[in-house]
Amino acid sequence: MRKTSLFAAALLASAVLPHTAHAQTELSMWYHGAGNEVESKLINKIVSDFNESQSDWKVVIESFPQSSYNDSVVAAALAGNLPDIIDVDGPVMPNWAWSGYMQPLPIEESVIENFLPGAIGRWDGKVYSVGLWDAAVALYARESTLEELGLRRPTLEEPWTGEEFMAALKAAKDSGNYKFALDLGMNDQGEWYPYAFAPFLWSHGGGIVDRDTYQTAEGVLNGEAAIEFGEWWQSLFEEGYAPGTSEAPADQERGFIEGDFAFQWNGNWRAVATLEEVDDVVFLPAPDFGEGNYIGGGSWQFGISASSDNPEGAAAFIEFALQDKYLAAFSDAIGLIPSTPGAAAMTKNYAEGGPLEAFFALSEQQARLRPVTPGYVVQSKVFTKALADIANGADVGDTLDAAVDEIDADIKRNQGYGHEG
Amino acid sequence: MATISRDNRGLRLAVRYLVLVLVALVFAFPLVFMIVSSLKPTAQLLSDTSSLRAFLPVGDISLSNYTAAFQRAPIGRFVLNSVFVTVVTVTASLFLCSLAAFSFTYLKWRGNGLLLSIALATLIVPFETIAIPLLLFVSRLPWLGLDGIEYGWLNTYRVQIIPWIADALTIFLFVQYFKDLPRELIEAARAEGASWWQIYRRVVMPLSGPVLATAAILKSLKMYNEQYLWPLIVVQDEAHRPIMVGLGYFFQLNVAWGEVMAYLSVITLPVLAFYLVLQRAFIASIASTGVKG
Repeated sequence: MRKTSLFAAALLASAVLPHTAHAQTELSMWYHGAGNEVESKLINKIVSDFNESQSDWKVVIESFPQSSYNDSVVAAALAGNLPDIIDVDGPVMPNWAWSGYMQPLPIEESVIENFLPGAIGRWDGKVYSVGLWDAAVALYARESTLEELGLRRPTLEEPWTGEEFMAALKAAKDSGNYKFALDLGMNDQGEWYPYAFAPFLWSHGGGIVDRDTYQTAEGVLNGEAAIEFGEWWQSLFEEGYAPGTSEAPADQERGFIEGDFAFQWNGNWRAVATLEEVDDVVFLPAPDFGEGNYIGGGSWQFGISASSDNPEGAAAFIEFALQDKYLAAFSDAIGLIPSTPGAAAMTKNYAEGGPLEAFFALSEQQARLRPVTPGYVVQSKVFTKALADIANGADVGDTLDAAVDEIDADIKRNQGYGHEG
Repeated sequence: MATISRDNRGLRLAVRYLVLVLVALVFAFPLVFMIVSSLKPTAQLLSDTSSLRAFLPVGDISLSNYTAAFQRAPIGRFVLNSVFVTVVTVTASLFLCSLAAFSFTYLKWRGNGLLLSIALATLIVPFETIAIPLLLFVSRLPWLGLDGIEYGWLNTYRVQIIPWIADALTIFLFVQYFKDLPRELIEAARAEGASWWQIYRRVVMPLSGPVLATAAILKSLKMYNEQYLWPLIVVQDEAHRPIMVGLGYFFQLNVAWGEVMAYLSVITLPVLAFYLVLQRAFIASIASTGVKG
């Protein structure tokens, strides 16, 4: 009897044990950082920490080159082959949500209440994505240049006005010490144009699209303020203040560091490298052309694909990744702005007194999201082309009118992109 | 008078060589720039672009870009993938397209001319216009593997090979070449009782060296150098990525141009080796078919 009982107990245990130590459910995840060794190491660390921290889920990561990531995701969406977790560039998120590639992120608001506004992706009143960092743009200058040209150092509270900014460029040009007064990075005709230059348009009082309705660009991209912006933009190149679209990448990367440019409009991802070579570099806020001073906001964020069968597991991973220690580690490694003040305090660059502290304040106070609409993916390309054409001498009014027509036609073709008209 | 004539000949020869050397230099410059730049740190590479130093191995020269490039991406894997896909596709393509061309040229069957016209008409259809329908198609196709039937070809070698085997240009090259072969040879073989397969294998193909070389070169370059969009949308795992998608690994926010040049130098090696091995056949094939690359 005793033997029989033992045998039965052993059988029962063998039947039950596999269920007790059950296998983790696999969650697939795609990331845009292939080739970025530092980023890959960090994201892999988060993944392995998460996988070891609990027994329900196991994240398996596949990295893609950033330049082709969006195309890969769109193709996979068409083929019904999306992973559970995707990362998405902030301004692209509304398009992916509207297209049905993503589902809302089931995450408590309290988890993200301290996050920089640019690090949270919202569409249709719901959170779809959250980022571990944000990026910011600033006007790079040398302390010595400001002194030499007798220029006031602008602050967030008192930025340069449009007139002061142009006076600074004129002073730099007239000094004869520089090839160009300002470098805008015109050779990079990708998302850089709307990200970096739309803030100048906003500061003039214009916009890429009417943000009240998102149904038209009429009056905002070709209104009085936009025309004024376009003429100012064109004058930068016509009057020789800035190199145009044919600028060589080499000049863009080395020009400010080697003293060929007095000022450079550049992102914080170049700040660490610049600090290493330019002792007295200062990062100045965007000028105010009359309607406020802005910079672009919104960078890469994590979200959940619409086809994921395990949104709770995907959300658990994303929430795990949003810990301050990971935000700080990413920031220290790749120089971007951590999404929370707590994480910023833990970093070497963005903590109080850190060399890039200014960028956190810039992101917090000046950042404005690019148009939050599925149509942005088209609008950004139209805007880029218009700005390049104007820089190359095209008629400002005609070019902006044509851009408006193209944007409006696209919105109409897509039945308003789901906005209530 | 004879001396003057000899001098003139010498001068003409010197000028001709000078012009040829200059032209050769113009063609060699991109290659020299790529290799020389791959040996320089990015900052120096960028500074040198404004002078002739860009083409000279001067300054801080080392192989560190190669080390870094191999650390950044699994280059060996990408090259192997591309070479494998290229070799299999080209081999299969030469066989099947030559068979098709043989049929179009020598066999009499209903709709022969119409089908050839339709096949050639696909030459004007840009691949981009059919990429998405083709993606949807291959993502649902069945495949009989060791584990039985599975559906979907994504993330495999076959999805990078099979859609590219048959192509109108290769068929066209073979058709044009076969048309110029002496008909008497075919007729004599038929009179001797040879089957069509025997004629294809023993008569036509042994005479088709130049067109095989031309088709192989054009197809290989296309498969090795130009495969970007298709693998981008059908291959999501790193293990199957080809070289052109791999190039994206080097374009980060701060582009390491030295590593880009090192990567390009490495992936160019198989093409250069291929060209050097087949140089004679390549020139002969261009001379005989009149095809310009």
